[in-house]
Amino acid sequence: MSTLLEFVDKLRAANADWVSDVKDSLGEVTVTVPREAIKDVCGALKSEHGFDMLADLCGADRGPEEDPRFEVNYHLLGTKHHHRLRLKVLLSEDDPHVNTVSDVWKTANWHERETYDLVGIIFDEHPDLRRILLPSDFDGHALRKDYPLRGYEPYSLS
Amino acid sequence: MGLENNIWESLPDVVTVKLDAVINWARKSSIWPATFGLACCAIEMMNSVSARNDLSRFGAETFRASPRQADVMIVSGRVSRKMAPVLRRIYDQMPEPKWVISMGACATSGGVFDNYAIVQGVDKIVPVDIYIPGCPPRPEMLVHAIMMLQEKIMNDSVKDRRDTFEEESRRSVVPGTLPVTEGTALERELEAEVAQNTAARPYSVPSRHERRKSS
Repeated sequence: MSTLLEFVDKLRAANADWVSDVKDSLGEVTVTVPREAIKDVCGALKSEHGFDMLADLCGADRGPEEDPRFEVNYHLLGTKHHHRLRLKVLLSEDDPHVNTVSDVWKTANWHERETYDLVGIIFDEHPDLRRILLPSDFDGHALRKDYPLRGYEPYSLS
Repeated sequence: MGLENNIWESLPDVVTVKLDAVINWARKSSIWPATFGLACCAIEMMNSVSARNDLSRFGAETFRASPRQADVMIVSGRVSRKMAPVLRRIYDQMPEPKWVISMGACATSGGVFDNYAIVQGVDKIVPVDIYIPGCPPRPEMLVHAIMMLQEKIMNDSVKDRRDTFEEESRRSVVPGTLPVTEGTALERELEAEVAQNTAARPYSVPSRHERRKSS
């Protein structure tokens, strides 16, 4: 656990603006990163601190009444030192844009498409940002909290 | 040879029957289903052709891997919105005459999956002949459905079918074509933006998502 916090200290030492909040809970460390810095932070963590694998990238909707409403979570794993670190970017409803990390880890490409598809977060400079799970003519983003749970208008080919 | 001798003696050389009766009898006696399992109902569908339930007693045991050789499509399970065009395509590829059995609650009405991903009833996409309730239905119910379909086939008339074929073929598209889906979501947003800027309409109709957002 202490090693994880050392990573955070190293990040702080590299650039004081990179870490806006740290949460240490249940043996997991979550670092909240300003959205302008996420690409630089990910690049530094991968090249200098050995987090060579992006285990998961997912979006979350905290509900339309919350501000900031959306969060994007990056679950990082170092396959050499076996440490896991979670990064978090908070986004407002009016401007759900964040930079892509698909040129840091290739796997982020499809994860970001999924997050765009279901939560509606736009990843700037993504090479191919289109729907991946839902049909391409789908209206809206299905995992948003204000999306209707049932009674969806039935689909018809005729 | 026992049977031939007896028939020769008891029946005349020429027998007069209705054409419908002969054709329908031939059709109902070998209804080949398309191999098309969608969800857990497909397990029961497999079971219905197994040794215990033996659907082959009714001539419907030969599941064909190609829809071109199939007569009946058993929609066994939930149909997702993304699967719907595929299902329709398989239906279009089946030769006439063809029938559809909607197996289970999900295929019939969406079942418990009343959400954005599942088509609420396969009859939105293809015409259904027989509905089977149950979640999942027992294999016996599928066998019963096949027998009901056979009854239905016996009540058909070749004449009626011919009329509907001509009517359908006049306004049909090429079978096997998928419905066109336009571009990516971003492209469509861009198009909508451009259209909004160029054509100054006195009114504008909000999309379904926009209406939902405002309410």
